[in-house]
Amino acid sequence: MTETDISYQKKELPAKFLKLGIILLAIGVLLGIASFFADQQRAVYNYVVSYTFLISIGVGALFLIALEYVVGAVWSVPIRRLIEFFAAIIPLLAILVLPLIFNIHELFHWSHAEAVAEDVILQGKEPYLNVEFFIIRVFVMIGLWSLFYFIITRNSRKQDETKDQKLTRRNIKLSAVFIPVFAITISLAAVDWLMSIEPHWFSTIIGVYYFSGTVIAAIAAVTIATVYLKEHGYLHSRMTNDHLFSLGALQFAFINFWGYIAFSQYLLIWYADLPEETYWILQKWEGSWAIFSILLIIIHFLVPYIVLVSQPSKMNPKRLKFISVWLLFAHLFDLYWLVMPQMPGLADGYVFSWIDFVFPVGVVGFIIIIFNLKAKKENLIPVGDPKLKRGLDFHL
Amino acid sequence: MADKKVFAASALFNTPDAIMAAARRIASSGYTKWDVNTPYPVHGMDGAMDMKPSKLGFVTMFFGLAGIGLALLLMWWTLSVDYPLVIGGKPYFALPAFIPVTFEVTVLMATVFTVVSMFAIFFGLPDNSHPLHDTNYMKKVSCDHFGIIVETSDPNYNEAEVTDLLNSFEPVSTSFIYYREEEKYPILQPRFLMFLASTAIIVSIGTYLMLNKLMFIVPFNWMMEQDKIVAQNSSEFFDDGRGMRLPVEGSVARGFIPYPYIGEANPEEVLANPYLPTKENLDLGQRKFLTYCSPCHGNFGDGDSRLNGQFPNPPTLHSNRARDFSDGLIYHIMTNGQNIMPSYASQVTREERWAIVNYIRVLQRAKSANDSDLELIKNGDSF
Repeated sequence: MTETDISYQKKELPAKFLKLGIILLAIGVLLGIASFFADQQRAVYNYVVSYTFLISIGVGALFLIALEYVVGAVWSVPIRRLIEFFAAIIPLLAILVLPLIFNIHELFHWSHAEAVAEDVILQGKEPYLNVEFFIIRVFVMIGLWSLFYFIITRNSRKQDETKDQKLTRRNIKLSAVFIPVFAITISLAAVDWLMSIEPHWFSTIIGVYYFSGTVIAAIAAVTIATVYLKEHGYLHSRMTNDHLFSLGALQFAFINFWGYIAFSQYLLIWYADLPEETYWILQKWEGSWAIFSILLIIIHFLVPYIVLVSQPSKMNPKRLKFISVWLLFAHLFDLYWLVMPQMPGLADGYVFSWIDFVFPVGVVGFIIIIFNLKAKKENLIPVGDPKLKRGLDFHL
Repeated sequence: MADKKVFAASALFNTPDAIMAAARRIASSGYTKWDVNTPYPVHGMDGAMDMKPSKLGFVTMFFGLAGIGLALLLMWWTLSVDYPLVIGGKPYFALPAFIPVTFEVTVLMATVFTVVSMFAIFFGLPDNSHPLHDTNYMKKVSCDHFGIIVETSDPNYNEAEVTDLLNSFEPVSTSFIYYREEEKYPILQPRFLMFLASTAIIVSIGTYLMLNKLMFIVPFNWMMEQDKIVAQNSSEFFDDGRGMRLPVEGSVARGFIPYPYIGEANPEEVLANPYLPTKENLDLGQRKFLTYCSPCHGNFGDGDSRLNGQFPNPPTLHSNRARDFSDGLIYHIMTNGQNIMPSYASQVTREERWAIVNYIRVLQRAKSANDSDLELIKNGDSF
């Protein structure tokens, strides 16, 4: 019951990880810059895929933290720091967005004034879809996310020394405010980055669709970090497979949620059969994109569902690690499927290009570096959290 | 007391830690038929009791898969095979539309049968009682105590040993739990039957009031009282009481060709036959003549049909008068009716009536053929 119970010694992460991250990021950045000269449009479209993937991990992680505070979860307290490290991506989104802002005309059809002038539908959407308002929105959203990220994690860090219970209560209130803010901003982010690429098309569920994938990606990233660090003794020794089970169960829940939302979107479009909605789906059935569409169902729903459905597999570290990597790929694939068929040059089907592989490599390297830099400075366990003891004692 | 059969030896504890320690000890002493009862779920108890994962999940999976199969089979058979219906222009087997139903049936079957199987495993249905029910022990463990029982059906059960073991944990109290002597099927108890009867009465009254009273109270009657014409009622909105407006005078329906001489017994003008007597046209005329005309006029138009005097036979179509009728007049008679012959305009379409006219001409020609016609047939010429 005393603090000596929670004997935690901070350990440095092995240096090879930072090295690996730097190498991957270097490859990503160098080839990424090269790709902008090789095929600017393809590079920009790929950049959007990777950028939304980073939003997913960063903001999704912050959502997980807020969720833990609001529902009063105890099992996730021992791994909350790891989630906070992933959320550290958020402030850097403001810098990473710059290449997209400078290439906005390559990406968004609605950003061309001459295209809007001869298009009644785009004129109607002009009050929302114009370059100035878009840029304001992007930075306001990143600002809001960063604000909540800084306050919540600062309180959490402060608690390591002061062990002040008031900070937990303050974070609960902040989280309760953050969740509706998150709901609105993540929907708008999905509309801005994913839906407005095809400005004539609309789906009122696209925000929820992106949200479901966001949480899957964030949980998957956290699971990989948790399983790896636990196996190598960086986390507390009292953590059991029951903690992993909770992560697996969350993954399973959100896989089902994604399937439900994705099917809901498809069913309504299929049922109504209105040309202004179906062409977006038909575009993803054009040529070799049909294979991507079928693969999406298999990769993003069927395989994870079958792998995770039994209780033992949710607790098995090996299988969890495998499925987490799988799910990260699945989310990237989902975003790719959302964005790439809309690229004018790829309307008839998929065309292979090395550019598609450059940006994910950079993203992985980037996430590893951020995680390592944060882990160097901070404890891997929130030692001051009043719920930590109960969190470590968690059993099914 | 002595003649009662012992079901299990039990011990009660005050704290979850004590029950965990006791459970660990009993699990390690090799007993298999024993259980722990706590007022709330104690985390980690499964591990302390050394329990294997429940097999109930496989029951759920089996019935879930059965639900998927049955729902799809039902919809495939009813909507695609037995009574195919086009709904919203979708294919007969419209999988996306079937998925919500499949999902519901899957969840329903999986949950219902999981609960039923759980009862079957726990109680041994149709027995609906467990020896622990209504015991002092159960009252304690469902309130503020933690209990442990070792059943006598355990192969290692030995009364002295078990009592010693339970006492060694320093419990609050120990006791034996006995099988109940009551009737085997408490489902037939008057109290339970009364409960069923009163439930039935309450549900019936509720349903009666809902369907006969509640539905006529505002706002529940809004569904019935809409501003539209109900069948067999007249409109309150239009003066003439009709729900729909009559078409403008002289309107012609799509695909309908008006016949101008309707009602005239002997029109001065008649229509000309627009159809040539081709093979298809005559075949059609023959078919329709045999269907609609032959019952009175006879198979060859002689007026010698099967009416047998129950109805006046019409005159023959081979009289000179009839042969002199123009095509248009025969068509007029079929369309308008003549004497006691009614109009056939609603049964026989316009094209079919002209085809019948052509066929009657063939009959008339055949009936009064002359030698030159025979010559034509011999030479194989067409008429």
